[in-house]
Amino acid sequence: MAEKGNSEKGNHMNRRDVLKGLATVPVLGAFAYGVWRKRRQDHIRNHRLAKELNMSSGSLEHNPYKHDGDTIRLGIVGLGIRGTHLTKAAGFVPPQTIQEWKDAAEKDSRDKRYEDFLQQDDLNVEVKGVCDLFDIHAERALAASANIGREGTGGTIGTSAKRYTTYQEMLAADDIDAVIIATPDHWHARIAIDAARAGKHVYVEKGFTRTLEEVYAVREAIKESDVVFQLGHQGRQTESYIKAREAVEKNLLGKINLVEVCTNRNSPNGAWVYDIHPDANGQTVDWTQFEEPCEVKHPFSPERFFRWRCWWDYGTGLSGDLLTHEYDAINQILGMGIPESAISSGGVYFYKDKDHFVNEVREVPDIWNTVLEYPHLDFTLMYSATLANNRNRGKMIMGHDGSMEIGNSLQIYACQESTRYKEKIQGGLIDPNLPIYTYIPGRKNVDSVATATEQYFASRGLLYTYRGGRRVDTTHLHIAEWIESIREGKQPSCNIDQAFEEGITAAMATMAYKENRMVSWDRDKEQVI
Amino acid sequence: MIKKTNYSTWQLWSLVIIRVAIGWHFLYEGITKLLNPDWSSLGYLMDSKGLFEGLFHSIAANSAVLNVMDFLNVWGLILIGAGLIVGMFTRIAAISGILLLAFYYLSHPAIIGVTYAIPSEGNYLWVNKNLIELLTLWVILLFPTWKTVGVDRFLFNKK
Repeated sequence: MAEKGNSEKGNHMNRRDVLKGLATVPVLGAFAYGVWRKRRQDHIRNHRLAKELNMSSGSLEHNPYKHDGDTIRLGIVGLGIRGTHLTKAAGFVPPQTIQEWKDAAEKDSRDKRYEDFLQQDDLNVEVKGVCDLFDIHAERALAASANIGREGTGGTIGTSAKRYTTYQEMLAADDIDAVIIATPDHWHARIAIDAARAGKHVYVEKGFTRTLEEVYAVREAIKESDVVFQLGHQGRQTESYIKAREAVEKNLLGKINLVEVCTNRNSPNGAWVYDIHPDANGQTVDWTQFEEPCEVKHPFSPERFFRWRCWWDYGTGLSGDLLTHEYDAINQILGMGIPESAISSGGVYFYKDKDHFVNEVREVPDIWNTVLEYPHLDFTLMYSATLANNRNRGKMIMGHDGSMEIGNSLQIYACQESTRYKEKIQGGLIDPNLPIYTYIPGRKNVDSVATATEQYFASRGLLYTYRGGRRVDTTHLHIAEWIESIREGKQPSCNIDQAFEEGITAAMATMAYKENRMVSWDRDKEQVI
Repeated sequence: MIKKTNYSTWQLWSLVIIRVAIGWHFLYEGITKLLNPDWSSLGYLMDSKGLFEGLFHSIAANSAVLNVMDFLNVWGLILIGAGLIVGMFTRIAAISGILLLAFYYLSHPAIIGVTYAIPSEGNYLWVNKNLIELLTLWVILLFPTWKTVGVDRFLFNKK
């Protein structure tokens, strides 16, 4: 619109122009009013819910484990898949592996294995000894122990650890302060007991022991010694469990009556049908030593050597391997200890076809259910596992007033028929279909209401698990806690008392299956009957 | 020199209403993100699918780039939204809005065989609401209502 002509007419037009030109500006006022109203309503709801729930606010700030002071010298026994992971968690990876990570990260920026490893705290430890019955694994660990520069091929290489062919020789060495035991389960008790007697601190992988008797024996040896003991349930480092415990302590769920925990896997690896190394043979594997603790000896079998979890001679299958993780998670939240009774059932239902084994069908079930009863606490814990379907069934703790689903994130829902929340539900403050509390690790603010979008992303694992704003490996934290406890002479989170409860419970579940009966616990006499 | 537009009153005001409505949507999306201290485009980018999946994932993977993208997104939404509502720098706002929506569409295209973490509230095949909003902004760009109703009338109407 051209503005010309005399000033009087121009002024007149200008006023109309101004009004028309600014006609939409008041929309901003309406907008601001709307935003204010909405914020106020959200704030009131949040505030009232927060007051009702009384959960601590703020993200969990992790105090990093300390690693100053003397260097702790480690010996590692058993360097298969788990042993290699634990060695990495302690800070040592073979140059070849790091090179693979670096190359992979260059091709795909989403591959964070190298970056995550570099961000891992230096624990001020050395690997001075390695012990494995398979030469290739031992050599890989030696290469890792020397890779002090945490670099790929061609990086700074330090002094390599010493290889021991028996763990006894390693325990006799003066230059080892602590041992990580990641052997098959049938060796755990012997090595842990001997290590404690030799004054070496002990980190032992789960399942704690293979037999019931060994649970008592290890506890006795550890209690008689001054060593710091940690059992390998890295779930102890999961932030959401800490919040879950707070929610239970604040009685948000009401009287807890049922706990459901699950394992869902659906791959040969997940079912312990691991690759058999092509170089494994009578020369490279010390089979005689491997079978030494076994009552019945078997001829050399690479299948049994690498897939040992599938046979009762070496482990306890789902009971010791995976039930224990779930049990320990709930035990740190509820602190319920050993159940009064256990029953188990299951079978080898999937991994019995010809393409699932080489020479021998597995003995341990691939479908397994255990029911643990806690009549003194008025609840039941149900564990259900399949190794042939990986649909995610989360951990669920159910009480009269609400239920809590626990994964990396945490969600609490009020129960429709709750007594505690009855008025709030009727008043519209609480909707039983929406969580009344959500904890997503890494969120700056913890409040009662996370947006639906955030919940979706978190439930799909699209938001990382953070601690102190950083993505971390819980296994690294678990090792770090153990190392710090050794330095400071304190008890780590999964100490011998926790291990005893886990070990007895797993043994009860295993016995219930193998003996096809209900197995009970005499709390006063500390006996399984 | 800007010419007077010759729309009927109904034509003019219906176009203005659409412009303001889209502006409102942008502004509220921006303000919501600004007021939520936990908001990040991380989850959205990680959830992206289709031809440009790799690009969006690599943005998400680099925290420095991600922070810049978050900042640009929030303030882009707010400024575009406010611009469309009051008709200020409207051409730039409309073009920027089209670009931003194109990013959203390309990161979450409604193509056959993909599903996203967030369930969709409707049913879409190739055409989704981002695309419709994008096309609407294009129409708004081609019918410069801000020359009559908008602050731009005063900013750009002088000799």
